[in-house]
This record gives sequence, structure tokens and C-alpha cells, in this order.
Amino acid sequence: MTCWETLHAYGLRAIGIGERLLPRSDFDLCQQFVLIGSGLLWNIYFAVFALFFGFFLATAVGLGKSARRWWIRKPSELFVFVFRGSPLFIQFFLFYEAFVLLPKMGIDIPLGFTEITMETRWLTRAWLGALIVLILNTAAYSGEIFFGALKSIPKGEIEAADAYGLSGWKRFRRIIWPTMLRLAWPAYTNEAIFMLHATTLVFFAAFPAWRQEGDALYYASYFADKTFNPFIPYPIFALYFIILTLAITYVFGRINRRLNRHLPQEEHMRLKYRPKFIR
Amino acid sequence: MFSFCTDPQSLEGAAWLACYLTTGKHLDFYGAFGTVLLLLAVTAPVALLFGFLAAMAARARLAPLRWLGKGYMAVVRGVPDIAFFLFFVIALDQAIEWIRHKILCPDWSEPVYQGNDFVVCPAAKMPLSSAPQWVHDTYSFTLAVFTFAIVFGAFAGNVLFGAMRAVPRAQTETAEAYGMSRRQAFWRILVPQMWIYALPGLSNLWMILIKATPLLFLLGIRDIVYYAKELGGMKTQAYAYPHPDWRLWYFLALLVFYLAFTKVSQIALDRLMRRLNRGQATLGGQSGGAMS
Repeated sequence: MTCWETLHAYGLRAIGIGERLLPRSDFDLCQQFVLIGSGLLWNIYFAVFALFFGFFLATAVGLGKSARRWWIRKPSELFVFVFRGSPLFIQFFLFYEAFVLLPKMGIDIPLGFTEITMETRWLTRAWLGALIVLILNTAAYSGEIFFGALKSIPKGEIEAADAYGLSGWKRFRRIIWPTMLRLAWPAYTNEAIFMLHATTLVFFAAFPAWRQEGDALYYASYFADKTFNPFIPYPIFALYFIILTLAITYVFGRINRRLNRHLPQEEHMRLKYRPKFIR
Repeated sequence: MFSFCTDPQSLEGAAWLACYLTTGKHLDFYGAFGTVLLLLAVTAPVALLFGFLAAMAARARLAPLRWLGKGYMAVVRGVPDIAFFLFFVIALDQAIEWIRHKILCPDWSEPVYQGNDFVVCPAAKMPLSSAPQWVHDTYSFTLAVFTFAIVFGAFAGNVLFGAMRAVPRAQTETAEAYGMSRRQAFWRILVPQMWIYALPGLSNLWMILIKATPLLFLLGIRDIVYYAKELGGMKTQAYAYPHPDWRLWYFLALLVFYLAFTKVSQIALDRLMRRLNRGQATLGGQSGGAMS
């Protein structure tokens, strides 16, 4: 097989397009590059959607933790405590078992005038079930980051907003939220990198890889198991992830520049590729 | 365990539960929590040592040594840790067997990598196939400790490297003015002072280490995740204690264990931080409050 044919056969194997059987013998370098690269699609899918949905939930959690009413504050604190205090690995197992126990056929939710049927069988699949766990997990970590940023918003900015007659939603949307994002952004970049790395856990925890459609690490360990040679697939995997990490740093750095564009140039907090892993 | 447990079929209610929770396998399950604690107790100092060596290498004046230290920290932190766990367990095992193969069987002519197989002579197998079970267990546990130490050593190295740079420059300058050599200034001035700067990072690292312990399961160790899966699965009437699928409850128990563990660690580390801060010329030390 030439490399071009391999790319055709396995380029989108991770999402079920192309050759059905994985290569079984005579592994070459091209196959490993292509198949591990196709698994990367899953990592990108999980990271992008978890960060996107998690962002909104995290904003709500951050605001909830700083709320004055106890019945908003306490649930937010509990949520953050549970998801930050326990391993993601255990969370995957716990949620998977819970999803499996749900009735197979679907839950009927009566809405008075009509009934909607919620399909539960998708929840045991990685693309939805694992995504939900990742969203909740990243929401807890980012929620804590946003909470810290909310607390360090300069008092003068809020007083100025009051003086201009801004209040409620308008004050939040125009003053508090942008400042919170600006202060939280370096730590949030860190969290995004960590979330990308956490996506590799999905197929090694409870969620099964359906029809051998797995992520990059799934295929890397497949090759390592078959060839008994870990020195080729894992470095390929590492190379892909370093490139992805650099891409995240670049994108988040651009956003950081935009968030800080009103400040004097020297005060720009430059983002560097220097993950500190504060989790 | 208890005297009334001889006939499980006749038991009911609390007695059944008491007997069920004290079967031999359950006792192994409780022992596995000890394995986790043992792993933490052994890994933390070894990882700290690795980190210290890495930080020292990264500060070295010899350029290749500096690159080695910095490269180690950058690569391990840039790639998901689970990949390293999977990689090092095979790689370390193969490295050990390969070295033993070279020493013990010098006249072995066939190549070690035969197609898709890794073949060494029988005498070089590690552990020997005739060795008792506990040797196999200890060997795989040692490999796991080493793997954890390599990965977390890189994180610790980063923290310590930052802490060494955080010690005010004037301190080492004073040491040099007193005529201390570079080595003396490092050991007598820099190292004793850096811990207060390193502690926030190290306590964060301790939390990450706790939360990484379930990954032992992936290294083929019979840890708490393994037993939770085993014991929780549905048991038919063929077993002494039949029950439906209880894995959810077993994993819930693990979740509670980890929540309690991280909470206790958090409280202890906060106390330690307050204590070390006392009298330091830092914000946390002067205001008397905790630095977080």
C-alpha cells in the first residue's frame, strides 16, 4: 500500500469512514502516522465542545459561587468541590455506570400538552456521555478560576459603572464580564491545555470504543500492543499533541491580546507556552 | 469472617451485608486502598528527588546538562501524562529485559525484535517465569512507582526551578560577598530558603498526584478501580452472594474516598502553609492570614 492509499483508507477511520479492518500486520510508519492522526479528530472534538459548553456553565458557576443568596452559593460550591476533589478517571466510571442503569428505551417527559421522549441510549456512547462528563469537569475547574477573577476585579471599575448609571445585566455585560475574562484568561488557557490532555482518558476509562473508533492514544496503544515496540507510536502521538498544544496557545494568545487591547502596551500579559498546571 | 457466615443463602438484611462486605475479595479490596496510600508515600519523595535533580540540571552551567533538564520538563509537561504511563511501563520493562539479555546471554544470535515480537532469552525474563506471584506484583508495582516518579518529577522540577529563581538575588550575592563558592551558596543559602516559595506549587502537585492514582488500573495493577469493577459486576445465583449490577455504588464509594482524601490534604497543607509563613517577609506572613 502506498502512503496515499493508506491516507484514503484510514484518514477518517476514527469516525467510521474508510477501511473497516484495522491493519493487522506489516505495519509501516505511514499507517501509524495516518491512523493516530485520524484519532486526533476525537480529541479535537471533545476538547472544542467541552470547552465551548463548559465556558458558559463555568461563568454561571463562578457567578453562583459569589452570589449572596445561600441557595445559589451552596450548590455551586458543592459542584466545584465534587468535580475538583475527585479524579476525572473515577468520574468517567461513575457516570458511565449511571448512564447504563438508565432505562434503555428512553424517558418520557410529560410537558402537559405534549410528551417528549429522551433517548438515553446515546448517553452510554462516548461522543455524548464522555462529553457530558468533560463539560461538567471543565466547568468546575474554570468556574473556580472565574470565581477568583471575579473577586479581584478592581473596585473602582464597579464604582465607575455605578456612577454611569449602569446596573444589573448591563453592568455585568459591559464591565464585570470583560474584566473577569481578562483577569482569568492566562489561567483559563492553562485549563484549556489540561482539558485537551484529559480527552485522552475517555477511551481508557469506562467508555468503550465502538467499532474500534477511538482517539489518538487508543490507536497509539493499539500499535504498541501489536508491534511490542512503544518507541514509534508514542513519539508520533506526542508530536501531534505538542503541535495541538501550541495551536491552543496561539489561539488563546490572540484572544488574550484582544481582551487586553485597551490597556497600555507594556501591561499586556504575554502568554507563553509554559503550562503551569495549576489544577 | 464471622461465625454466622457459613451459609450465605440463609442470611438476610444486616447480617447478609456484614458477611458480604467481609468476604475474602472484599478484604483484598480494602487492602488495595493501602496500595494507593503506599504508592503515594513512595512516589512523592522519589518524584521530589527527580524534580530536584531536574531543577539542578536546568540551572547547570554546562549547556548540554541544562538542555537535558529543560527538555525533560518541557516534553513531559507538554504531552498528556496518561501517554507517559502507557509508554514507560512497556519501555522500562523492555529496557530492563534488554540489558539483562545482553549481560546474561551474550551468545544469543537472534535479534531481539523479531517482526512484531520482543524476544529475549528465558534467563533474561524479568521477573523469571518461575518466580512466585508476589515477585511479579512487587515488580509491576516498582515499575508503576518509577513511572509516576518520572512524570511527576518533571512537574516538581518545574516548581522547584521557579522557587529557586524566586529566592531574592541579594541573598546569593551576600553569600558570594562572604566568600562562599557557588556550591556552598546553593546548598547553604538557596536550598533552605526556596521551600516557602515552592510550597504552593508542591501542594497543588500533591493534589494532582492523589487524583492520578486511579491510573494505576491502566498499568495492570490490581488497585481499587480493578476491585470496584470486579466486585460490583452482576453476580448470578452461582455465586455465594448474588446481587445485581452494583458498580455504580462501588464507584460512588471511591468518589467519596477521594473527596475525603483531597479535603483532608487541603486542610493539612493550608495549616502547613500558615505555619511556614509565620514571620516571613511575605504578604501572607505579615498579615497573619493564609496565602492561597
